Amino acid sequence: MAISNIWVFAQGNNGAPTTATLELLTKARTLGGSVTAFVAGDGAGIASTLGEYGAAKVYSTGDLGGNLPGVAVSAAMQEVINAGDAPDLVLFPQNYEGRDVMSRLSVALDRTVLTNNIDIAVDGESVSVTTPVFGGNTLVTTTFTGSGPFLAAFRPKSFPVEAGGAAAGEVVSAPVPDLGTVGSAKIVAVHVEESTGPKLDEAAVVVSGGRGLGEASKFEMVDQLAKLLKGAAGASRAIVDAGWVPYSMQVGQTGKVVKPNVYIAAGISGATQHMVGMKGSKHIIAINKDQEAPIFGIADLGIVGDVHKVMPKLIEALQAR
Amino acid sequence: MNVTVCVKQIPDPALPGELDPSTNALKRDGKLILDESDSYGVEMALQLVDKAGGGEVSLVSMAPNGEVSGLRTALAMGAAKAVLVSDPELAGSDSLTTAKVLAAAAQKLGQADLIIAGTESSDGYTGTVPEQMAAVLGLPSVTFAKSVEVDGDTLKVNRQTEDGYDEVTCSLPAVVSVTAGVVEPRYPSFKGIMAAKSKPVDTVTAADLGVTPVGWAGANQSITQVAQAPARQAGEVVEDDGEAHLKIVAFLENLKVI
Ligand SMILES: Cc1cc2nc3c(=O)[nH]c(=O)nc-3n(C[C@H](O)[C@H](O)[C@H](O)COP(=O)(O)OP(=O)(O)OC[C@H]3O[C@@H](n4cnc5c(N)ncnc54)[C@H](O)[C@@H]3O)c2cc1C
Ligand SMILES: Nc1ncnc2c1ncn2[C@@H]1O[C@H](COP(=O)(O)O)[C@@H](O)[C@H]1O
Repeated sequence: MAISNIWVFAQGNNGAPTTATLELLTKARTLGGSVTAFVAGDGAGIASTLGEYGAAKVYSTGDLGGNLPGVAVSAAMQEVINAGDAPDLVLFPQNYEGRDVMSRLSVALDRTVLTNNIDIAVDGESVSVTTPVFGGNTLVTTTFTGSGPFLAAFRPKSFPVEAGGAAAGEVVSAPVPDLGTVGSAKIVAVHVEESTGPKLDEAAVVVSGGRGLGEASKFEMVDQLAKLLKGAAGASRAIVDAGWVPYSMQVGQTGKVVKPNVYIAAGISGATQHMVGMKGSKHIIAINKDQEAPIFGIADLGIVGDVHKVMPKLIEALQAR
Repeated sequence: MNVTVCVKQIPDPALPGELDPSTNALKRDGKLILDESDSYGVEMALQLVDKAGGGEVSLVSMAPNGEVSGLRTALAMGAAKAVLVSDPELAGSDSLTTAKVLAAAAQKLGQADLIIAGTESSDGYTGTVPEQMAAVLGLPSVTFAKSVEVDGDTLKVNRQTEDGYDEVTCSLPAVVSVTAGVVEPRYPSFKGIMAAKSKPVDTVTAADLGVTPVGWAGANQSITQVAQAPARQAGEVVEDDGEAHLKIVAFLENLKVI
């Protein structure tokens, strides 16, 4: 039994597939099986783009009607599997929804899950995934044993996004069955924390601030610099936990993965959990008053200095241009 | 209201992590401590029980060598009792097996109104155990909770999303996973530390709970390679002499960012 039936957990946002979905489809296309996108939500509207990136077939749950995806989408997947279309491999994004659906499905199918991966290789029947540990310094490759479906989740930006599939895939309805009390978690209101400028995980320049800023009001410098460079502002977890900025700005293992052209870290020590989220940046600039700070170990330009002195001067110099 | 909290006991994250050369799994044979990610769950549980005006907080943990230091910390914070699953057979267990074991341990304590876990552990960070546990127990669940309120039989959660948060309601009993920083975990008082020494910890094996197969045998995976990632080279490091910002300007100019 080769790996012939590959599913990708797919999501749409504002009428287009999410970047994470396209990354996984791009990779799935190279693994040598037929590729199906399983859309959590309405699949018909995004089917043509999913096809372009490699989905020959699209399952669509339709609107989730306020259900959290974990229980609902895994139940819809199970219905399809019970009806005879069982995947050999399912690729999930390592995000809120991907993680929840994968966890539920793993129990339903009694199969293990491998999470936090950045790469996958298929060799005949064997599927191996690669996970960075210790802040990305060590790469561990794990091979699934036993029988499929194999369930694996991938960190964002693990794969490039490239079109190259075919026409719109066939759309097949995969509705969410009646869930009973296990499906009682319902979204009753949605709150979006507005941010202006480019999105953190898509910006060409990211300026992040950490505890070294000293106090919440000093984050203004980070915002200002980001704006001047037409970039996005990010943060270390230390100042997210402290309540200075919202979680949506967190960069790192439990936050966003960014790979901008330029990443500027201001008053950030460079903990391994922060570094896994920004190490892939093309160019890294760090400002830290401690010359022993680990962030200097990966910075292309390191400034040993006080953010309260360097940042205002930098902002002034840029404004003067 | 009775709340069960999953608390993982982990190697001190301040110490460099190590892989066991014979199994390539993370080494966990030294002294373990309470995972900070779970201290938030313990605090939240204590606050919820306090607000409800009755009931108690119980703990479940799976850890090698009968380790209880992390459990004692949580008991010192105010939890009443614990079930510890410790068994050499469990070494190498995957997250699914862990979830089955913790679910069985939670059931041993009797039906709780709420089970709380961390969104992800500091050393394993699969982030799947809570949702898997909920599935094993057939319970609804809300992950990534940044605030939790109980109103009669209804759970009200603000759930973290990519760009904000959702208000979610859910029936009880349920499983929630809480994010770091949701509450300020209390420091155990001296009295709490003393009291914790005599609080009951029921130590059981996987077989006692009827969960098989466990450990490597149940993990359906094998580590096939461990490699060093290509290291990123450090570049120029300069001391700020009052003009270092010009270095940054030049660097950005060179890249045509400005
Ligand atoms: C499971 C887990 C997941 C995690 N996930 C993440 C994550 O996703 N993202 C993340 O960022 N962290 C994460 N962390 C936390 C991480 O370990 C660090 O605690 C955190 O990144 C530290 O943030 P920081 O660099 O802002 O603060 P600190 O480590 O306190 O560093 C502050 C730095 O500022 C410098 N400084 C102080 N004053 C000045 C000044 N005036 N001028 C210049 N420099 C100054 C100091 O020298 C120091 O290097 C996680 C931790 C765990 C356990
Ligand atoms: N061995 C364990 N003992 C107790 N709780 C655990 C264990 N492993 C995971 N958990 C719980 O599940 C959460 C998520 O863990 P993980 O899925 O490993 O990232 C943790 O924060 C704990 O609350």
